[in-house]
Amino acid sequence: MRAITANRLTDGHVVYRRADGIWTPSLIEAERFGDEKAAEPALNAALRDILTVVAPYLIELDGEQPGGRKHVREAIRLKGPTTGTSLLYAGER
Amino acid sequence: MYRYDEIDRSIVTERVEEFREQVGARLSGALSEDQFKPLRLMNGVYLQLHAYMLRVAIPYGTLDARQMRVLAHIARHYDKGYGHFTTRQNIQYNWPALVDIPEILEQLADVEMHAIQTSGNCIRNTTTDPFAGAAQDEVEDPRPWCELIRQWSTFHPEFTFLPRKFKIAVTGSDADRAAIGVHDIGLKLVKNEAGETGFEVHAGGGQGRTPRVAVKLRDFLPKGELLAYLTAIMRVYNLAGQRDNIYKARIKILVETMGAQAFTAEVEAMYRQLRGRDLAVPAEEAARITSFFPEPSPVDRPEGVSDAPGFARWRAINVKPHKVPGRAIVVISLKPRAGSPGDATAEQMDAVAFLAERYADGEIRVTKEQNLVIPHAVAAHLPAIYEGLREAGLSTANAGLASDIVTCPGLDYCSLANARSIPVAQALSAALIDRGLDEDTQDLTIKISGCINACGHHHIANIGLLGVDKKGDEVYQLTLGGVADNGAAIGKILGPGLTPDEAVEAVAACVGVFRRERGDGETFTHTLARIGFEPFKEAVYGQ
Repeated sequence: MRAITANRLTDGHVVYRRADGIWTPSLIEAERFGDEKAAEPALNAALRDILTVVAPYLIELDGEQPGGRKHVREAIRLKGPTTGTSLLYAGER
Repeated sequence: MYRYDEIDRSIVTERVEEFREQVGARLSGALSEDQFKPLRLMNGVYLQLHAYMLRVAIPYGTLDARQMRVLAHIARHYDKGYGHFTTRQNIQYNWPALVDIPEILEQLADVEMHAIQTSGNCIRNTTTDPFAGAAQDEVEDPRPWCELIRQWSTFHPEFTFLPRKFKIAVTGSDADRAAIGVHDIGLKLVKNEAGETGFEVHAGGGQGRTPRVAVKLRDFLPKGELLAYLTAIMRVYNLAGQRDNIYKARIKILVETMGAQAFTAEVEAMYRQLRGRDLAVPAEEAARITSFFPEPSPVDRPEGVSDAPGFARWRAINVKPHKVPGRAIVVISLKPRAGSPGDATAEQMDAVAFLAERYADGEIRVTKEQNLVIPHAVAAHLPAIYEGLREAGLSTANAGLASDIVTCPGLDYCSLANARSIPVAQALSAALIDRGLDEDTQDLTIKISGCINACGHHHIANIGLLGVDKKGDEVYQLTLGGVADNGAAIGKILGPGLTPDEAVEAVAACVGVFRRERGDGETFTHTLARIGFEPFKEAVYGQ
């Protein structure tokens, strides 16, 4: 599965795109896509949303969590810095 | 400290207003992100993983109590209550909102600070010895020359769009606490046979993907010729540096491609054209700038003593000798056990400002080791300074020990990083301290970078860790033998990559080998040269 993420223009915070085009900090609320092709129309719409977000892109999902090769990076974007926590924190799927 | 004149003040204030308009244009849609990005970067504003990051320049790592209080205020009101002091002697805020940044810059401008040239392919903030003007071993205070370079390089039209970013470091002592060997240009103040002071000039050093130690271009350059010679180096680089490949665009690649001899010849030829013209430093201007950096007055009082718990150890480890009687250099470690290296809360910044003002002359330094320094402390007040630091959670007695670990922000914050560095440093710090491995490790350096850009300076660490992405997992390469100071050297990879937990154990094992094997008075480098890599390999990887 895939979802669309970006950083909010005003404060840079991590957001995900819902099916109605609204941006949310909750990955659970994000619209899911079966593959890149299915996500293309929504991603193109997100790229035009320049007054709300910066640099939208697709991420891979593994169930409810970020997956794929960038799973550590996207887990940190979702949950915040892991400083002061277990070294394995962000790597846990 | 240097104080702005009317020109400094107006260019910084005008820049704030210009950026305020640019932010407004981006928020209204008049500027696209592609148009806005280079503009925000020119004002130190990056977009990182979770938020915007604002990098504020601290010129040659020197600030005063008034400025530190404003940094604390920004951390408290516009961020999450803390800031991160960097290996480039600057400060970064990890969470400012874009809409607030013009206001932040305005408050910085009020105390003669800014974020100009903290990004982009320009001449960045010049760095220097954090003990400048206080060190017993220095030939001359390098700060006036850093200030001259700051004035010359700020908005220099010829050097605003270089092939890549450009970093200059200056040291006033042979010990080289500025790591001039790994900068694009490294300057060392030296005396010639006639007893005149000038610069030994190095160029072509750097870390990152292709680490190189700088080559020496000149044994001696008269001080008044500094800007002519710097211009000559910059002009050769600007004309011949490779612009079509970001990985080959730094001056170190140009020096290597041309060869040190040919590069030096080109620079010298350019210098001959430039010397004696408008770029000669007027003696009166040099004297004017130097007058802002007076030597602190001696203090005719005995050093303070205390039987407070921890004072004697802190005094022995974190306090360094000062060139002026009655004063001392106090290093404030920002590396508590399992802490985030280089982070300081707003309250801690305020505490340091208070102590510097109350018990010294108000001056504060930032080190490339991500610590703070009160350079001109009154030695009679050391017990009071210690007590104030203890109350602020800043009395960790580990300056220069193994647990004084340097890290970049890594994958917890940085959009370029491939792996985390702060959590590794935190686990390692706890392991070293809890196991007693930190004891007697003065000048053993451990540095961690979360990607090949090497902001954590792992290449020049005695023991370095580089985080890489291996098929989606964080893996760390362990290097040994790097040296940052006099006789700079690049570390060599010890063996196969390690998981985060393995990396912590591996570094602890290497510290253990060093403590076990070192001879009297040996540094890590000496021991490594004598016993070789094998004992370390065996400790990390087994037979």
